[in-house]
Amino acid sequence: MLKETQSYPKYAPGTYVSNKDIINKNITYTWWEPEVQYSWSLGPAYSRFLQELKEGRIIGRTCKKCNRVLIPPRMFCEYCYRPTDDWIYLKDTGTIETYSISYLDPNAQRIKDPILIGVISIDGASPQHGIMHYFGEMKPNEIFIGMKVKAIWKPKKERTGSITDIKYFIPIKGGEKI
Amino acid sequence: MTRKVAIVGIGHTNFNSITPDVSWKEFMFEACQRAYMDAGINPRMDVDSFITCAEDFYEGFSIFDEFVPDQIGATLRPCCTVCGDGLYGIGNAYMQIMTGQFDIVAVEAHSKISDAVTSGDIILHAYDPLFEKPISGPVERQKYIGNPSYAIESPKPLVGKTNEKSRIHPYFLAGLEMQYYLTKTGTTEEQCAMTVVKNKKNAFKNPYAKYEANVSIDDVMGSEYLFKPLKKLDISPNVDGAVALVLASDEVAKKLDVEPIWLKGFGWSSESPWLSSRSMDADYATMASNMAYKMANIENPKKEIDIAEIDDRFSYKELQHLEALGLAKEGEAAKLLENGSLDLKGSLPINSSGGSLGIGNCFEATGLQKALEIVTQLRGHAGKRQVSDVEIGIAQSWRGIPTKSGAVAIFGR
Amino acid sequence: MRKVAVIGAGMTLFRRRLLETGKELSFLATKMAMEDCEIEKKDIDMVVMGSAPDAFDGIHMKGENLLDGAAATNKPYVRVFNGGGTGVFAPIAGWWHVASGVADIVLVVCEEKMSSCYPHPQTAFQHIWDPVVDRPLHPNLVWLFAMEMNRYMTVHNIKKEDIARVAVKNKRNAVGHPCAQLADEKITVDDVLNSEIMAWPVQRLDISPPSDGASALIICSEEKAKQFSQDPIWIDGVGWNIDSTMWTNRDLYFPRYVANAAKMAYKMSRIQDPRKEIDFAEPYDPFDYKELHHMEGLLLCDKGEAPILTREGVTQRDGDLPICPSGGLLGVGNPIAATMGQKVCELYWQLSGKAGKRQIPTDPQVGVGQAWGDIMQMGTVIVLRRG
Repeated sequence: MLKETQSYPKYAPGTYVSNKDIINKNITYTWWEPEVQYSWSLGPAYSRFLQELKEGRIIGRTCKKCNRVLIPPRMFCEYCYRPTDDWIYLKDTGTIETYSISYLDPNAQRIKDPILIGVISIDGASPQHGIMHYFGEMKPNEIFIGMKVKAIWKPKKERTGSITDIKYFIPIKGGEKI
Repeated sequence: MTRKVAIVGIGHTNFNSITPDVSWKEFMFEACQRAYMDAGINPRMDVDSFITCAEDFYEGFSIFDEFVPDQIGATLRPCCTVCGDGLYGIGNAYMQIMTGQFDIVAVEAHSKISDAVTSGDIILHAYDPLFEKPISGPVERQKYIGNPSYAIESPKPLVGKTNEKSRIHPYFLAGLEMQYYLTKTGTTEEQCAMTVVKNKKNAFKNPYAKYEANVSIDDVMGSEYLFKPLKKLDISPNVDGAVALVLASDEVAKKLDVEPIWLKGFGWSSESPWLSSRSMDADYATMASNMAYKMANIENPKKEIDIAEIDDRFSYKELQHLEALGLAKEGEAAKLLENGSLDLKGSLPINSSGGSLGIGNCFEATGLQKALEIVTQLRGHAGKRQVSDVEIGIAQSWRGIPTKSGAVAIFGR
Repeated sequence: MRKVAVIGAGMTLFRRRLLETGKELSFLATKMAMEDCEIEKKDIDMVVMGSAPDAFDGIHMKGENLLDGAAATNKPYVRVFNGGGTGVFAPIAGWWHVASGVADIVLVVCEEKMSSCYPHPQTAFQHIWDPVVDRPLHPNLVWLFAMEMNRYMTVHNIKKEDIARVAVKNKRNAVGHPCAQLADEKITVDDVLNSEIMAWPVQRLDISPPSDGASALIICSEEKAKQFSQDPIWIDGVGWNIDSTMWTNRDLYFPRYVANAAKMAYKMSRIQDPRKEIDFAEPYDPFDYKELHHMEGLLLCDKGEAPILTREGVTQRDGDLPICPSGGLLGVGNPIAATMGQKVCELYWQLSGKAGKRQIPTDPQVGVGQAWGDIMQMGTVIVLRRG
């Protein structure tokens, strides 16, 4: 057994500075704001997906080889490595696969009323294939994995062709016609 | 028994200035699908490792590696991203195959620079934050004015005093280098213009090149000075394109029944990021090519190399790289150009595909486009631009402004 | 295939903010590694850099900017990048430089300067999401981990106490580490359970902080290894694997990409029963539940068994299967790529008996390091073996 008396790493080089050092300008720093803007072309799959969202529908793609229904839609199946086959309309209901109750807003600031976010597997698509979205009209102690939910859409004139055209998903209470 | 590495499949998309009908995913899928069909393999089962060459800021994501696997066939397979030019990817693929653990490796690189609205500012973002960025203009973001086509095609001209209220386009560095090169070697601007004429003419014979043009030296000399002495037609315009290559060991190449083009040698090198204390020569190309020549057992490159694809993002760069690679003596590259040796029918055709001046600047895919051309020529599939009797070809690329890094790959039959 | 040995390692201080620039951090780590094996810059053949998003440092193509600090001027130099998996992937890239016969001595440097990003390094993470299906919802990175943690806890019915034990273990383990940012001798499970809830079930003390730091590793070929050590530490197996971009199409309770990477590495290293043959492991632990998640991914225990092993003390430094003896990311800090210092350099120090206060008392022969990256996608695994 090699037993060295010295402990590695022997020392830890580096100088610690605190936020105050920067605010009080005790250390030199330089500043730059990059001007980076992108405008991605989305291709046939996502473009159609967003168009359908504007109409209030969720659409997916099918791959006949592995028999999957894919959401979010894509023009090629990543398992079979071939182009996907058809468009197929899916329901706007689903099941909660996982969720989180967040006390941080998107800018990492603390908030009092939590945001409920999670992954919903969409009915009509292959099992466990879904999208991420918000949950609404439910309390933090009501949400659970396996809950059946449905989408609440924004009014037609407010829809812009974005995933946010769905406001959030709410629980389907018993006996409700879907 | 030492292994050898061969290129067994090539595939590419068309090169276009904008590609609004496809996203980067379909683009990469197209190039990779073609390469796999060319090699006759199924990526889901046969390819052992995948390499993508991409830089985050060119793509617009913090971690571009996330968006790579599905479209190149690498879902649940070993896949990685090398931040470098396509030829760095080839070098790493070569090393992976030579370890003996991998038999087939796919390399992909693409440019979807049309998605980046402010491409000039993105290149400016590569400058050193302490010494170079502050002299480039105000540190706060300016409200973006001007439509995208202006931003991409025509950098803000810089002749005379700078306007402090806005930022300079980063290509001023190329202007400085060109001035140095012209002074040191005695090359004239007209001679650099001849490179533009040659390459744009070559591009007519290349079906996927989109910036072919029948320009004369006067046209080039008459185009406006953007970064004196760099003129508008000296700069290659941005273009979108994707290229994929499949490399395999020699045993596998035999089984695949594809005529292998051997990767005989490669090299890469970086100089220094400090603008103020590095030379303005292309020493990175010299170091990289020395490494490649040694690996390929080439002692006299001028005699042994039959065809070359050299980085010509800026017209003077082709001449500078030619000298750095040892294919021309210092200051003599321009002479070879003038006496027609570098034309398609000359003794050492350079940039038969049209180069970046004829095809467009495809950023990280440049190296793979150059490799694509050499492999196509060596296979004899280059159609109208086929050069006869080619046995050994060299592809060289540079990582672009403001780097001093480049790679070289040597292919042979 | 040539065998590849590790002959030197170095690491800087890890703190939320360091004065040094990225170049200087790379230099400090490289200097320490070179002093360790007494070589000079001219002895190094090639350099590999690993560094995570450019957005943190605020320099596009930052690999080019850092190269002088990484002893790479006028040398072949390449940067690899796999998100968070870079910490273990950069040594793998170094491995194939040497194993292919192209180089003899390779320096691998990993650097991270997260503090340069304003207002907070988290803002750089806003741009890892898909622009169509995820980004318009303005997600926070913590939400993603919270969702995965929730799924993992629900599928295996795990209590938060068992997960909190990991944070306690690692922060206590880090006490012997000179670079550690969050070492805490006195932390208890209750401290963790009472810390503020960020996004349930993730609480403040479950998370590792953003940090600045750098680490370096020097590896060399079989022929030269004997010059440096009588008992070289070999890189015995490497593996890496990436899963689909569509993370909402996967069941997050098990990292199958880590399992695939581990199988690749174990096959190369001829390990058939990981639980018995591996002496200790350094799985990636940016969050405490991640250590458990990855232990199962590394096939060191059955699915759902990891929290039980933690509760029984098996994963303590003096236990049967020490996990994260360095203190991991939770204890030492999380400068994404520079975590090579805890994941690979630590394996080297432990196997050569140089870890001092952190040394595992049983005589370890085989260690496994693992990193994870992208959006729940990338698994990179490395196996180091002594002698």
